[in-house]
Amino acid sequence: MSEPTASTHERSFPPPADLDGLQSKAWIAAGIGIAASLAGWFLDPTQFYRSYLVSWIFWLSVAAGCLAILMLHHLSRGAWGLMIRRVLEAAARTLPFLAILFIPIVLGLEETYVWARPEAAADELIQHKAVYLNRTAFVFRTVVYLGVWSFFAYGLSRLSLRQDRTGDATLFRRMQVISAPGLGIYCLLTTFAAVDWLMSLDPHWYSSLFGVYFLGGQGIAALAFVILVALYLAQREPMAGAFNAGHFHDYGKLLLAFVMLWTYFAISQLLIIWSADLPEEITWYLERAHGGWKWVSILLVLFHFLLPFLLLLSSDLKRNAKALGKVALLLLAMRWFDVFWLAAPSFEHGHLSFHWLDLATLVGLGGIWLALFLGQLKTRSLVPVNDPYLVEALDNE
Amino acid sequence: MSKAATKPEFALMAEFRSSRELLHAIEQSQAAGYTQLEAYTPYPIEEVWEALGQHKSKLPLIVLIGGIVGAFTGYLLQYWVSVINYPVNVGGRPLHSWVSFIPVTFETTILFAAGAAVLGMFALNRLPMPYHPVFNVPRFALASRDRYFLAIGSWDPKYDRRATEEFLLGLDPFEVNEVAS
Repeated sequence: MSEPTASTHERSFPPPADLDGLQSKAWIAAGIGIAASLAGWFLDPTQFYRSYLVSWIFWLSVAAGCLAILMLHHLSRGAWGLMIRRVLEAAARTLPFLAILFIPIVLGLEETYVWARPEAAADELIQHKAVYLNRTAFVFRTVVYLGVWSFFAYGLSRLSLRQDRTGDATLFRRMQVISAPGLGIYCLLTTFAAVDWLMSLDPHWYSSLFGVYFLGGQGIAALAFVILVALYLAQREPMAGAFNAGHFHDYGKLLLAFVMLWTYFAISQLLIIWSADLPEEITWYLERAHGGWKWVSILLVLFHFLLPFLLLLSSDLKRNAKALGKVALLLLAMRWFDVFWLAAPSFEHGHLSFHWLDLATLVGLGGIWLALFLGQLKTRSLVPVNDPYLVEALDNE
Repeated sequence: MSKAATKPEFALMAEFRSSRELLHAIEQSQAAGYTQLEAYTPYPIEEVWEALGQHKSKLPLIVLIGGIVGAFTGYLLQYWVSVINYPVNVGGRPLHSWVSFIPVTFETTILFAAGAAVLGMFALNRLPMPYHPVFNVPRFALASRDRYFLAIGSWDPKYDRRATEEFLLGLDPFEVNEVAS
């Protein structure tokens, strides 16, 4: 409840030296993953491109979700957000690199997207959609999504860094003013992105709830990732004395809210399509309710919703950083299964099959992404030391 | 007031001008060995709550039970209506269509949980309570304005009408009143 003070220079929060070691490990994982993925590309290019798309969307969800939560923090000014603002900023600053990593998807467009193949010319329905679903428009839109997100990520990061240097008390207001339209634009672009990258894998199918379903999932992915980073930092100086049970309690509450939001969208989409029972819509669910996919669907219901939901109800668990970290890890793993469940049945229209390239591309891209993220995280103080509300945030119970 | 003369008093209550004085008084009383303390303040003060060592509330558990009962009530009600009591074939769908049962199940879960929260709060606070002895002190009305009160219950093992009053007077209160039961 204290009055905001202009500056709190008594404490500093330099990044711990352990981050260097972690970054090296991430690069090693990236090297192994990329080598395996390249081998896979020679052996089975089609499978490589498909696995790569799922892995890329998974890591993009974490980075883009962090940008959304960063803007949510600036808008709500909650004490919870100040402690993780630098983590969110670092993750959001990886977005331009993810744009570069999108290039292999463009190269293998025919292998993954039906509408990009020559035989799509014979499909009347796809022909009607060709104005929207064509290579040039697809690449152009992706560049716009990542460009606009990166613009907001770097704009907010720049102001946040200036706040560290000058302690200008008006900057937090400016970041808030940018975040208000930013969050709206973000949500709009993400729904379009979900339609382009995932829904168009099955160009005959459509669902108006698909975009927000993907959006809810991004919230979970980003928060789960941030909780794991916070847990790692909380075990080391200088953040060991800064994080307390109250902060993790807040992250747990937000994670629970996003789990419920994701479930709400998932059930809304299912309910509408199931009630209408139209042949062009229900087939998408029928594919996911038969063969091995049925088990992935059940897995998602149990471990993406039911178990995390019940566990996160407990306030003791949310205040216990390590226990919360386990739930976050489970949800992060489930995020991969969800993206896989959205994409993979549309590739083969058959039985469930895992390929070793799914893992190789996940590790390869994950290694690169984590190394880039840690590289960004290392460059700044782990807490915005000159934010007017920092004292209050550190004191949060 | 002939009754008050025969019945023992409910508590002794000291009135303080600031929350700081109240907190100091709570510390001193606890140091002196009093355990049956109750504080009254115009607004919630976290430190007072902590100093009095409030145990965890049972309310979350009551709300959880309310939610679980609500979920089962909603689902089983629909199951009983659509499958057992009045089966109707809707567009060839199975009678037990769990997908369409979810919205109502969700709503009854929220309804019962919220109801349990309100009723549980009333029950744990023993509300409605038409009579409470503390209101026998006329100045107690100021507890909702700008004064801070500390009461030591007469059932406290260390309680002694005279010694406790002297102890409270030693804490520099505005005044000390006997709370008739």
